[in-house]
Amino acid sequence: MEEVSKIIKEKIKEVGNQRTALLPILQAIMKEQNYVKKEDMVDVAEALDISAADVYGTSSFYSFIETEETGKYLIRICKSITCENKGKKQVLKAIEKELQIDLGETTYDKKFTLKPTNCLGLCDMGPAMLINDEPFTELTTELVSEIICEFRNR
Amino acid sequence: MSNKGLRKVDILFSQYSVAPYQILKQTMKKNKADVLTEINESGLRGRGGAGFPTGMKWQIMADEKAEEKYIICNADEGEPGTFKDRKLLVEVPRKVISGMAIAAWITNSTKGYIYLRAEYNYLIPALKKELEVFEEYSKQFGLDFPIEIFSGSGAYVCGEETALIESMEGKRGEPRNKPPFPTQEGYLGKPTLVNNVETLASVSMVCRYGSEKYKSLGTDAQRGSKLFSLSGDSPKEGVHEFELGMKVSDFVAEYGDGDTKAIQVGGVAGYCIPRKNFENTIIGEGNTTGGATMIFNSTRSMYNVIHNYLEFFVEESCGQCTPCRVGTQQLLKGIEAVKVGDKPECYLQDLIKLSKTMKITSKCGLGQSVTNSFTSIITNFPEEMIY
Amino acid sequence: MSTIKLIIDGQEIEVKNGTTILEAAKKINVNIPTLCHHEDLCVAGNCRVCVVEVKGRERLEASCAVPAEEGMDILTNSAKIRNARKDIVSLLVSEHNTQCTTCYRNTNCELQELAAEYNVDGNKYLSVLKEGIEIDTSSWSIEKDDSKCIHCQRCVRTCAELQHVNALTAAFKGNEMKISTFGELPFNEVVCTNCGQCVNHCPTGALTERRYFDQVWEALGDHSKHVVMNTAPSVRVALGEMLGYEVGTRVTGKMVTAMKKIGADSVLDTDFSADLTIIEEGHELLSRLRKVLLKKDTNIKLPMITSCSPGWVKFIEHMYPNHLGHLSTCKSPQQMFGALTKTYYAEKKGIDPKDIVSVAIMPCAAKKYEANRAEMNDSGYRDIDAGLTTREFGLMIKQAGLNFQNLEDSEFDSIMGESTGAGVIFGATGGVMEAALRTAYTIVTGRNVPFKNLNITAVRGTEGIRKASIKIDGCLEEWAFLEGAELNVAVAHGLKNARTIMDEVASGKSNYHFIEVMGCPGGCIGGGGQPIPTNADIRAKRIQAIYEEDMSKSIRMSHENPEIVRIYKEFLGEPLGEKSHKLLHTHYHKRNRY
Ligand SMILES: Cc1cc2nc3c(=O)[nH]c(=O)nc-3n(C[C@H](O)[C@H](O)[C@H](O)COP(=O)(O)O)c2cc1C
Ligand code: SF4
Ligand code: SF4
Ligand code: SF4
Ligand code: SF4
Ligand code: FES
Repeated sequence: MEEVSKIIKEKIKEVGNQRTALLPILQAIMKEQNYVKKEDMVDVAEALDISAADVYGTSSFYSFIETEETGKYLIRICKSITCENKGKKQVLKAIEKELQIDLGETTYDKKFTLKPTNCLGLCDMGPAMLINDEPFTELTTELVSEIICEFRNR
Repeated sequence: MSNKGLRKVDILFSQYSVAPYQILKQTMKKNKADVLTEINESGLRGRGGAGFPTGMKWQIMADEKAEEKYIICNADEGEPGTFKDRKLLVEVPRKVISGMAIAAWITNSTKGYIYLRAEYNYLIPALKKELEVFEEYSKQFGLDFPIEIFSGSGAYVCGEETALIESMEGKRGEPRNKPPFPTQEGYLGKPTLVNNVETLASVSMVCRYGSEKYKSLGTDAQRGSKLFSLSGDSPKEGVHEFELGMKVSDFVAEYGDGDTKAIQVGGVAGYCIPRKNFENTIIGEGNTTGGATMIFNSTRSMYNVIHNYLEFFVEESCGQCTPCRVGTQQLLKGIEAVKVGDKPECYLQDLIKLSKTMKITSKCGLGQSVTNSFTSIITNFPEEMIY
Repeated sequence: MSTIKLIIDGQEIEVKNGTTILEAAKKINVNIPTLCHHEDLCVAGNCRVCVVEVKGRERLEASCAVPAEEGMDILTNSAKIRNARKDIVSLLVSEHNTQCTTCYRNTNCELQELAAEYNVDGNKYLSVLKEGIEIDTSSWSIEKDDSKCIHCQRCVRTCAELQHVNALTAAFKGNEMKISTFGELPFNEVVCTNCGQCVNHCPTGALTERRYFDQVWEALGDHSKHVVMNTAPSVRVALGEMLGYEVGTRVTGKMVTAMKKIGADSVLDTDFSADLTIIEEGHELLSRLRKVLLKKDTNIKLPMITSCSPGWVKFIEHMYPNHLGHLSTCKSPQQMFGALTKTYYAEKKGIDPKDIVSVAIMPCAAKKYEANRAEMNDSGYRDIDAGLTTREFGLMIKQAGLNFQNLEDSEFDSIMGESTGAGVIFGATGGVMEAALRTAYTIVTGRNVPFKNLNITAVRGTEGIRKASIKIDGCLEEWAFLEGAELNVAVAHGLKNARTIMDEVASGKSNYHFIEVMGCPGGCIGGGGQPIPTNADIRAKRIQAIYEEDMSKSIRMSHENPEIVRIYKEFLGEPLGEKSHKLLHTHYHKRNRY
């Protein structure tokens, strides 16, 4: 809680306390804890003097603002047509097997969440995925195992 | 139909001048009105998809009187199959930023934003560095025009300029009614110019090479050079630059894998062109200019393709207007029903009609453009929809 | 302002610059169907049923959102338009739980009307109605059924623009887009004030008031129960709208007859307790003035603000929890009535209060909630057993098979059935203020307010916030400290305006002594339980009817109501006395702002 109110304060210092600060603040909270809790939304609402419902409505609109608990590493695998055609299915299966979760789920240790996403703009290098903000391209079943291993040990 | 064949050019990714921001410096020595005339005469049209003449838009913006005016570089590039703006921002951000600065100088704008899609967050550090360089030089040139990066948060529709503005204002990215247009009432109610990344980079190039030279590229219908994001069944995926006005057949001959069945131009909001029409279709004429081209070979199921597109639209519609929110769901459910035999073949015709209603009644370009790929795929590959 | 010329359906018309196509068409009596549009609200342009053809443009334009332009040539009815509209309505139907026969808004639903008008084929498209949608019945006042929602966002705009509460929002996007409270919490856990304005502005049955008329029917059929009904002032000027009368028709006499016919054991008038509220509130104001001005008591807050609108009360509890001291401690007339029904009335009539069922018929949704507030049992019983809206009552009249228009007029029963014009005007914004001034002025000076026909026009009207000052002179000795004082008053209606005035109060800069706040636009006549539709014109007509009713009364000041005089003599003792305190006054709670 401390953390979040600090983030809010700092962001407000940077970008002001108008409604325009809403997304930057939510993004900063995302960066810190990978999802925005309901309590956080109330804090944000209070700080910007807007209604909590408005914060919720806005947060839920955007795919990159998570409102449910999310693991430390959020894997977003591209499901758009080019990646799909380039073998995303196999790659996805490999990730699911590696993490022992299905698409949309979070691992038991809260380290990984696996989600589908729309085009990442990496079609020429598909299949592609993001882990948090970091892009990974030309994925193969072997490569994803390596990548996940690396993140496990981070 | 004017066809100039496939002419590769190297303009947008051409080398920088040695000293930073020379184009800006040189341009600012001229008369604003003259530069605007240059841009007008170059025939440059917006590269974000709508293809509005850039010079005209800038003129409107220049005529708006306000204390504060904003320039927004639209780097939300969310159209599936599009990644040319990413490449510009990675390789030649200076050209994009110069374009913004020239726009600011001509239109007396006070502040700039780069609206960068969340998926490109990893570009932020390098962009910030470049913005520092810009700040230093713009000050030297006596231009007071700070530029900030605004991160998107994952919504395709926020590429639509008014949704983008809503999003910057901290709201849901629901497109606004137009008029008023952003140039009249944009970000925070102030005149706002929204331009695509490539448009802005192209302006720098018009300023560097002059409108005469720029205009000599392309055809009467489409002036200048244009980037194409090529992906799919091609050995040469990536970003390529051409003069506008080439035949699909020339393009496919060069970039296909020899077994090309169809090509999608303009991203999922654009059209799907089947093999039989390759000969008589010019890229960029009558189809959108976003520049995403996706090649499908004969192993690909066009049912899967349109199904994938429709899932995209169903999710990425902002959900506010009826034809788009419900229409996209109907199209998706409808083709599924036909596929499994729950609805007769002729239902596809009803769906095409519905997509045409969506085109003429939806509030923004998203809902309006669904019919493009839907109709072109359904009518050209009917058998794949059924069996 | 400049004007422009355009052609609509072949007819040339000149309109002011900035007029929308929809408004322009209305001027020449061309009706264009709408759903998301509402006169009270800003333009949304999201339902798209109002599309029209502008010659030369391929795309149709949403007439509610697009301003008319010079030289436009517009068609509002062509094959292209009809097909498009029919498709759009079909789409709405396809995501809709089209159970009209069992729907509360059946026969008064804008979607249903359009579907009929365009003869929509319900099977044309597949159903995309979401499964497993649950109706939120957590609130005492409001019911939300997402399966009937057409996503027009009128409710969202209502709650934001008219009420400044923002309890509702659109959430998610695409096919998942829905209308939601904060975090999809149940209605009773969020800042909702229960005002019901979103219900009044919803075109469909997605938002409705929670209905209690079945319980009332049950009580009416139970002979061991003594059912007492009381109706608020603004019910009588709006009920007729549901029963075939023109807007603004007063149906007081028939309404009373109808209540008797459906089996109420006693039909009484909330106007009586409105008069009582005035006495209590007037004295409270004067006592506060005395404490502050004369005794310099800093614990007492001025301005005093009225508390008879439960939506407003909940609003201030949520939004300005540190300023509850400004609220008058008076209960609303409904709750005073309830408390007295089970004490004074029961005593006088010799009925065991446990056998009394008190039913309040109100223009209001929030009063359902108010009746169920934990503290509202000062009589030793639930003071009000059931709160019905005007709409529910209208429906009961239909259910009873009464031919309303042919009913004879009749009079309220006694006791607690007598009222004055002052009680009547409670229904309109500014009414409480006017009624209170009429009485307070007399208490202080022994004379009538110095206005023609007692009509204090300065506080009347529909301006969102109205201010007035009244100079007091010629005070009676007891009130000498007020001699020459200017009494500053303000009136606000609709919670948006309430917020404006509260901000002023909270900043400490206001110089008001007394403020009337009503939660709904126009006051109770525009309440969340009134017949649908509502708009500025309808509200104005109801207000006019209220003032006509006032003028028709022989007594027009609360303190002259003989039943009021009697209740103080026989039961309450004196205003602000011990009994009053127990039965007629209450306290407030701080609530979570978000
Ligand atoms: C659904 C939708 C998505 C869009 N996405 C983008 C985008 O990602 N980038 C972009 O530049 N323009 C996009 N546009 C077009 C913009 O609305 C706008 O026309 C463009 O930014 C104007 O710039 P230009 O004149 O330089 O093309 C999109 C439009 C729609 C309807
Ligand atoms: S067309 Fe789609 S994206 Fe555009 S406003 Fe309508 S619902 Fe939103
Ligand atoms: S909301 Fe209207 S259309 Fe829907 S079920 Fe009720 S009456 Fe029918
Ligand atoms: S009842 Fe009033 S406060 Fe509650 S959601 Fe509806 S409009 Fe908002
Ligand atoms: S609840 Fe009613 S007013 Fe609100 S969006 Fe749904 S249909 Fe419209
Ligand atoms: S009434 Fe015009 S779009 Fe809904």
